Amino acid sequence: MEAPQALADLVEISAQIESAVLGSADGTVLGSTIADAERSEAVVREALALLEAAHGPAGEPTQAEATFPDGSFFVVRDDERLVAAVTGRDPTVGLVFYDLKTCLRLAGEAPEKPAKAAAAGGRRRKKKVDEEGAAGDGEA
Amino acid sequence: MTARRRLAALLVTAGSVLGAAALWRRRSDVGKEHVDVYFADGSMVTFGEGSDEAARLLPIARRALAHARG
Repeated sequence: MEAPQALADLVEISAQIESAVLGSADGTVLGSTIADAERSEAVVREALALLEAAHGPAGEPTQAEATFPDGSFFVVRDDERLVAAVTGRDPTVGLVFYDLKTCLRLAGEAPEKPAKAAAAGGRRRKKKVDEEGAAGDGEA
Repeated sequence: MTARRRLAALLVTAGSVLGAAALWRRRSDVGKEHVDVYFADGSMVTFGEGSDEAARLLPIARRALAHARG
């Protein structure tokens, strides 16, 4: 799935998430629900900085949540990407993390190959043609 | 019999007070600034206001929140 689609699904599924940005491990923005590119880059930059600063004896953090009276900031990462999101106050933390991990997983899945999609479409078309043919025979 | 009843009433009262205190303390922590950090081994650490780690991490997260909201 493409990054923008994964993000679109995320904000559609999770009503608690105000905005989200998907980035690569090197800080490149892969997709964002924030219209402004500079702000999206800044969010990814700060998300990476937060994980870097939180590095501890247990190693590299995989996810973090910062809570403020007016909202929360979430970040989840895997080996290649990270997704950062902002919510309103008192979010359901477990649910937000679950949705962010799902988004990250979907963004990491390879898009359906055109040849494969065309073959599937061809099969569907053939089946439809067969069905139409059968219906035509029935009418005759 | 009366002594046993008094003891039971005392225990119920003490339990209620302790439960209410725990609930109040839990509620009062909600909304306080803190950072929860989760690691690959499944461990999680909470850095609350006043800790050195929170002093480092909270400003970064605050900036991220501000950038996201414009």
